[in-house]
Amino acid sequence: MPTGCIWGVGMLDALGYPFFQRALLAGLLVSLLSGLLSPFVVQRRLSFLGDGLAHAAFAGVALGLFLRGEPLWFALPFTFLVAMAITLVKEKTELSEDTAIGVFFALSVALGAVFLSKARGYVGDAMGYLFGSLLAVSPGDLWAMGLLLLFALFLLPLWGPLAYATLDRELALSDRVPVVLHDYLLSGFLAVSLVLAVKVVGIILVAAFLVIPGAAARLLSRTFAGLTLLSLLLAILSTVLGLFLSFLLDWPSGASIVLLQAVLFGLAFVKTVFSVRK
Amino acid sequence: MDYRYCVLALEVQDLSVRFGEFQALEGVSLAVPEGAFVAIVGPNGAGKSTLLKAILGLVPFRGKIRVLGRSLRETDPLWFGYVPQIKTFDRSFPALSLELVVTGLRRRWPFRLSSREKEEALAALSRVGAEALAFRPLGRLSGGQLQRVYLARALIRRPRILLLDEPATGVDRVGEVDLYRYLEAYQEESGATVLMITHDWEAAHHASHVLVLNRRVVGFGPPERALTEECLRQAFGHLGHAHGLYLGGGHA
Repeated sequence: MPTGCIWGVGMLDALGYPFFQRALLAGLLVSLLSGLLSPFVVQRRLSFLGDGLAHAAFAGVALGLFLRGEPLWFALPFTFLVAMAITLVKEKTELSEDTAIGVFFALSVALGAVFLSKARGYVGDAMGYLFGSLLAVSPGDLWAMGLLLLFALFLLPLWGPLAYATLDRELALSDRVPVVLHDYLLSGFLAVSLVLAVKVVGIILVAAFLVIPGAAARLLSRTFAGLTLLSLLLAILSTVLGLFLSFLLDWPSGASIVLLQAVLFGLAFVKTVFSVRK
Repeated sequence: MDYRYCVLALEVQDLSVRFGEFQALEGVSLAVPEGAFVAIVGPNGAGKSTLLKAILGLVPFRGKIRVLGRSLRETDPLWFGYVPQIKTFDRSFPALSLELVVTGLRRRWPFRLSSREKEEALAALSRVGAEALAFRPLGRLSGGQLQRVYLARALIRRPRILLLDEPATGVDRVGEVDLYRYLEAYQEESGATVLMITHDWEAAHHASHVLVLNRRVVGFGPPERALTEECLRQAFGHLGHAHGLYLGGGHA
């Protein structure tokens, strides 16, 4: 049987497994939110914030393991609070955002290490959170993700004002766009999106999930609306294909998705370079 | 008497702005009649941009500002057309000039432009001689081209008050003359009030009013009364090589 057919059969097989169906649905939900946020992360240069919040999620997961609760329910408020704290320090002091992130990044890793050391019997569980796992998504997680994504629908009407302030903050302020409130909301949405993606992508790679679709789409877009649509498309495509790849090759799901995103970014880069030369 | 001068476009009373230890403006009071063209002059750091930002509500201040008889809270943002001095926008942001102009109508970034918005934006760009820039990426425009696009963005909403912070920065001499022509034409047809920060004293001589500012009001009134040697010496400390300008309105 040709290799293509074998892969096709394998993909159909995968769809027959409930755990894969859950992972696929979770991946789709998460990629919708991440794909929408990624252009803002790229244009506002927030990729380090993504890293900082991913480490906050790590501390939250470790706390959950330590207290023997569902780690995501600890990671969600913890990451959200860290996102708010970083934004507060940036807004209220003259410190730059990367400095504020650096402080909370270190604090989160330190707390995570302490919690994990106290939750010794559960370190194996932590590996699933670090790299993402197809088996990790439970039916309860799907419900939680669905609910949080409904909440995230509030992000849609904010696209226009957020994009305006991303281009020119002062101009948006002069038009009385509540830019500071929107900064907090964006940080909050990033925190929620990151925590939701942790089960599928893993803590280590989750920040890339928020950066690469937007970065690849930016290379190919002339307008911000085009960038947003393309980012959504690339996030969904890489997640779906990445999950199949993970199933077929027995790779960690997060690594499979991010590797595919990197390939898409490489293709976008090559296209950009050749277009410029022409 | 021009009927437009009967109403006050802007009343500023005892305005003070402080940034930490730095007093940017202190006790500024002025009354600008509707339809006036006010040139704001003063040395660097005199608080000229801060004054415009206070009028827009961009900086916290003490004192009172009323626009067209209303407190700032009661004003409609669409009354104001603002062209900032330094374009702080993100040059890597993927945007077309036309989209920026439409923000002047929508006050948010457009996902999709309606045909009516496109028409209006093209007309606004055409008014400032920038129709050809409509579909050009914003990040690839020169300083002078950007000024035109920002001006089109300010004009598309048909503002009652135009606030221009050194609009001729980066514009060549021909473009500068064009710019003043567009402003005059808009003011003529709309009766709008214009407040323009400028370092071009010749342009200031053509304004209906001149505000000489150095953290406080040093002089305010028609050019022949405000642009006096005494006022300018008080504001700038010295007149330097521009001393021939203040009286005649010629080139330095």
